Order: sequence, then structure tokens, then C-alpha cells
Amino acid sequence: MNIQLTKDGKLKHFLTTEGLSKEILTEVLDTAENFSTVANMPVKKVPLLRGKTIINLFFENSTRTRTTFDLAATRLSADVINMNISTSATSKGESLLDTLRNLEAMSCDMFVVRHADTGAAHFIANNVAPHISVLNAGDGQHAHPTQAMLDVFTLRQQKGAFEPLSVAIVGDIMHSRVARSNIHALKTLGVKDLRVVGPRTLMPKDIEDLGVKVCYDMKRGIADTDAIIMLRLQRERMQGELLPSESEYYSMFGLTEEKLKLAKPDVTVMHPGPINRGVEIESSVADGKHSVILQQVTNGLAIRMAVMSLTLGHQIEESA
Amino acid sequence: MTNIANSIAIENGRVIDPANNIDSNTNVYISNGIITHIGDKAPADFSAEQTIDASDKIICPGIVDMCARLRDPGQTQKGTIASETKAAAAAGITTICCPPDTSPVIDTTSVVELIRSRQESAGMTKIAPLAAITKNLGGENLSSMASLKKAGCVGVSDGRKPIANSMVLRRAMQYADTYDLKVFLSPIDPWLNQDGCAHEGKVSARFGIPSLPEATETAAIARDLALVEQSGIKIHFNQLSTKQGAKLIAMGQKDGQKITADVSAHQLFFTENNLCSFDSAYHVRPPFRTTEDRDGLRDALKNDVIGAICSDHQPHEPDAKIGPFPTTEPGISALETLLPLTIKLVDKGILSISSAIEKITTGPATILNIDAGTLGVGSIADVCVFDPDMEWALTENEMLSMGKNTPLLGQTMKGRATHTIIDGRVVFER
Repeated sequence: MNIQLTKDGKLKHFLTTEGLSKEILTEVLDTAENFSTVANMPVKKVPLLRGKTIINLFFENSTRTRTTFDLAATRLSADVINMNISTSATSKGESLLDTLRNLEAMSCDMFVVRHADTGAAHFIANNVAPHISVLNAGDGQHAHPTQAMLDVFTLRQQKGAFEPLSVAIVGDIMHSRVARSNIHALKTLGVKDLRVVGPRTLMPKDIEDLGVKVCYDMKRGIADTDAIIMLRLQRERMQGELLPSESEYYSMFGLTEEKLKLAKPDVTVMHPGPINRGVEIESSVADGKHSVILQQVTNGLAIRMAVMSLTLGHQIEESA
Repeated sequence: MTNIANSIAIENGRVIDPANNIDSNTNVYISNGIITHIGDKAPADFSAEQTIDASDKIICPGIVDMCARLRDPGQTQKGTIASETKAAAAAGITTICCPPDTSPVIDTTSVVELIRSRQESAGMTKIAPLAAITKNLGGENLSSMASLKKAGCVGVSDGRKPIANSMVLRRAMQYADTYDLKVFLSPIDPWLNQDGCAHEGKVSARFGIPSLPEATETAAIARDLALVEQSGIKIHFNQLSTKQGAKLIAMGQKDGQKITADVSAHQLFFTENNLCSFDSAYHVRPPFRTTEDRDGLRDALKNDVIGAICSDHQPHEPDAKIGPFPTTEPGISALETLLPLTIKLVDKGILSISSAIEKITTGPATILNIDAGTLGVGSIADVCVFDPDMEWALTENEMLSMGKNTPLLGQTMKGRATHTIIDGRVVFER
């Protein structure tokens, strides 16, 4: 049984891209496509979730992701409450549960959760009242499914079909929830040539098990690819036991104009942001013609609207 | 429930006593706390004040649990000596070896005395405490091992706190050996033990769970074996989790090193695959590893590289297990499943019933060098009578331990103690 689905197999929570069918992922993409025009309307709002209350529950700071969830909910006419809860104050499970119980008591309909610990979104989904949907906005190193969906949405806009694509995910695979969610989504949608590229210190052992090819050589890893998903390298990981220095990382795994020539001429370059210019990616590449980084941000809004309306819509159907 | 009878006859059972190579349908006679006779007929001068009918049951030495945390003193919201020794007695366990990581730590004789007095007033399962190797488990200064041994400690250990400094550990081994104390080590390399809570492998890669590599265990075993050299110093490794670790130990044993090892019962059944639903009931240290590791541990058990199965009992209050997986406290409440899981190895064809019983009686008693684990005439009458075919549901209500944290909750167990005799007293019967 997949806890993300209702009894009749529809999306109820959105916790991970793993275990969801191609049909469900495609439904999310198609719905997002419909919403992508809302931004161009004179009144940037649809009344789908009027009277619904969405709580953004951020145990880990993130202005950007929270803002897009906030805006997505607002455009669907839901009421939004933003809560930033410092992890230090709720590092114990019982207080996390207490926080949930308190918020539930205010009769809300959805929690959008970001948490520093792997499995936090599952924990919350397993413990909320049945009428509440949970959206995972990132849990530890586990999953960031809306980011993955906006990535594949952007890729579909750029390329159309998934099956023939060669895609490389480059950087800190080990600590990346974005990488994991992208791997599951891209594999389910049919990408056959999926590569993960990075130094061995940032590569999880046995990641091949997910159907990806591991490449420690950036040049070979991105050769003839249709798309490159660059990952953010967190500052605290740039020096120490994982990597010797920022500059060595950049020289070996940074995406430069020079290296980009090895990919297909129409390669699409993506990055979940925020970018470390000159660490993961050369500025001219980030701002260049192959880059769709800002388009990803725009698409993020449509994807989040899609996931919110689908999950809450199914909840309404189920309780009706 | 407690009967004071000076003489007990346990009749018509299948007596299995691996220490004396006995496996036959016969009777066991107990007088004044001592096993006085095994045979079809009572000795001439024997008259039973109590008779136990053990038809269709197995009579074996009382179970010796190599490692169980009772949480007392210090964490009595999780368990107390009274609650946990009662749960143990009901599970056929007559002696528990407890690590020194209580609060305060077992590094002074007063803590040993405190534990003993609480155990005596509970009057259930006996406790064989381990003393700390280093004061306050700090990894630096040796504890007063000689005094702690006099106070009743059967060995020394720093629990799951690794001693990083090899010089300190080497000196500790030499000092312990001076008093013929065995050193009990949980093989954990401190540098490879950062914030991991799952085996480094397919499952941790897939779910992004912070992980512990196999080398966390094997690097520690390799170092510790090197420190022992051919000195004759006796060490024991607690709770193996890797096939490679068992292999290293087998090599050491072959070389004539006096090393022994145990494994927890749950490590013989669960694997990393059980972590896929983020269920905190499966959060244990060392973590559940691969199917290959599990099978390797089963083989090592079969080949006697691993001499004992322990419960690695770690009871928790419910709150300790509520939260995202990595934030929950590791450990399983396992006293009450030690016997049924050990029997399950027999059903699976891994061990004979006699060697399965050996791993929870004579095996651990020999490792701990205590007077237990045998039905030999003249030995202390610690006896477990169990029904190997009794099926029962493991529910919160059935569990006597304060900790209900087990992934087996709700499942049907097979095999259950019906009578537990400690020092010739029936302390439990069902």
C-alpha cells in the first residue's frame, strides 16, 4: 500500500516521486501545463481551493521554496499560513507531533512540510488526521518531489518525449534529495540513459541499484547528453573530508562553456538554485542560451499549483 | 506466583542440556537450589514438594542473555530492574548480562551494589553486570577493575562507546587481563560512526538515510584483533552485524586468539529492506544490513564462530520512537522474543534444537565465565521449561517489559517458556 494514494489509487499526499506510476506523474505534468497560463491572466487567481487552509510548515529555512508554495496556494485562492519552526526547538519527535496536533486543531487542509530529517514527511503523513494532505517540500536527504516534477516539466517543455533522452545529474548526489527525486521521476517517465556524475566521495554506495550509470569523470558523464541537471554544493561540504577545495571541485566538476561543448548542441542546462556561480557552474553557462534556470522557477509555481489542487481535489472527492 | 519449595521434580519432558550432551525424555530433580539428579526415577531419598509436568515440553538450562539493557539506574521511564527482570523471567531467562552504560555508569562499586540490591528485592532474573573499562565511559582513564570484579562484575565493557585511543584500549586489555577479566567490545570505529542510522548500501542510497558502512564494524574488529596480538588476552565482540566482521573473527580464532562473539536475535532475521517504510521500530545499532550479511551471520552461528545469541534488549518509552526515523532512539525491546526467535532458527533448518539452546545457555555462560547454563548434577538450579510449539501473539498487553518497541508487535510467536526456575525457586509459571 502506498501511503501517498487514496483507496482508489489517486494522489492524496505528495511525499516522494518513488512508487508513483507514469500515469500519475503525467497527470501532474498535464495539470501543471493548464496552470502555467494563470500567471499570464489579468487576475492571477483561480478559485479552486477557496475556503481551504494550507499551512507551510518549514522546519528548515528556505525563503525561495516557501515563497513558491505560498504563491501557488494564493493563486488557487487558498488561505495560507507560513510557519517557520526552528529545528532546535522541536528536535524531539514528541514536540513535532504536538506541533501537528495543535495545527490540526485549527482545522487546516494541507501541510507543506520541509524538514532536515529524512522520512519527516512520511512521519507527518502517517500521523495527521485523514482529511489532511501532506506535501513534501524536502526532507533530509530523501526527497524533494515538487522540485523533481518541475525539472521534468521543464525538460518536457524543452524536449517532448522522455524515452530517447540522455540526462546527467551532476554534483553532490550523496546529500541531494533533488537528485533522488529526479532519478525516480525520470526513470518512471522512461529515460533510459540516466547518469549520475560526481566525485566518489559524493556518490552514495549502490546508487546503481536505482537504474543509473555512475560516472566519476565529468567529461564522459556529460558527453552527448540532452540535459544536464547541476546540483547545488553546500558550502560546508566544499572543504574537508569530502572535497579538498572549491577550486578543485570547479576544475573537475564545474560546468563550464568548455565542458558544455561535449554535450549535444541543443543541451538543456538546469539547476535547482540557488546557484554557486564559479563553484558548480560558470556564470556564462548559468545565464547562457542553454540555461533554463529561470524557467524552472516559473514552472515551479505551476507544478506546486498542480500538486496542491490534485491532492486536495482527491481528498474532497474521497470525503464526498 | 512464587512457590517456595525445597524440592522440585520436573517430569516427562525432553531434557536438552548441551553442556552435558543430554537430549532425552526424562526427569530433572532439584533440591535446595541445586540440580541433584537427572533420570527416569527419583533418587531414593527424594520427595517432591512440587511436581511440574513437562510433557511435550523442553527442559533446558535457564536462558543466559548476553546483553540486555535494563535502564536502571538512570532511565527508569524506559525500564526498571523490577520490570525488566520480571519480563526476562517470564521469557525463560535466568541470568542477564547488562552493559555498564547506566546512569550513573557502572564504574564504582556502589552502582554495582545498587543494581544488586534492586535485583534482589525484585527476586527474579539474576544480573551479571559488566563494569566500565574507562571511568564514565570517557575512553581515557581506566576504571577500578579489580574492585569492580570483587563487587561482582563479570567483565569489562564501555558499552557502545568506542575507545578511540588505541593505547588506552591496549592498556585496558592488559589491565583487565591482570584480573582475568574479559573485555567486551562493541566493534564501532568512532570515525566511521558519525550520524548514520542505516546500513550504507542500496536502501540508504535510495532513501537518503544517513548511513553506517560495513567498515564501521570491520575496521574496529581488525584494530582490536591487532591489539590483542598473540597475547592470550580474552576479548569478546558484542552484536556483530556483518558477514565480513564474522570472517575476521573466524580468522582470529583460527590463529588461536581467545576471541568470542555474539549476535542479537533480530540481526538474524531483519535486513536493510525493513527500513523502506521509515518505521522507527526497525531503528537499531548496529543497523540491519544486507541479506548476505544476515546469512553470513547465520553461517557463523552454525560454524560456532559466533557462540551466543543475545536479545540486545533496549526498552524505550513510546516517545523515544515517535518522530522522523533518524531522530528516534535506536533499539528493540527484545527479552520476550529471544526464545521464539532462537527456536525459529531451528524451524528454518539453520540450527539443531540442541545447538540453538546452546547459543542461549551454555554458549553465553561460557563466554561470561559464570556458573550457569548447565543442568549438570550439582549445578545451580536455573531451569527453563518451554513449549516449543506454543503459539502466542506478541501484543503490548502480553509484553511485560516496559518497552513495547518491537517490530514484531502484533505477530504470532512460536515457543514460550512455561516455567522458570531460578536458584531452585519457581519464579514464573504459566
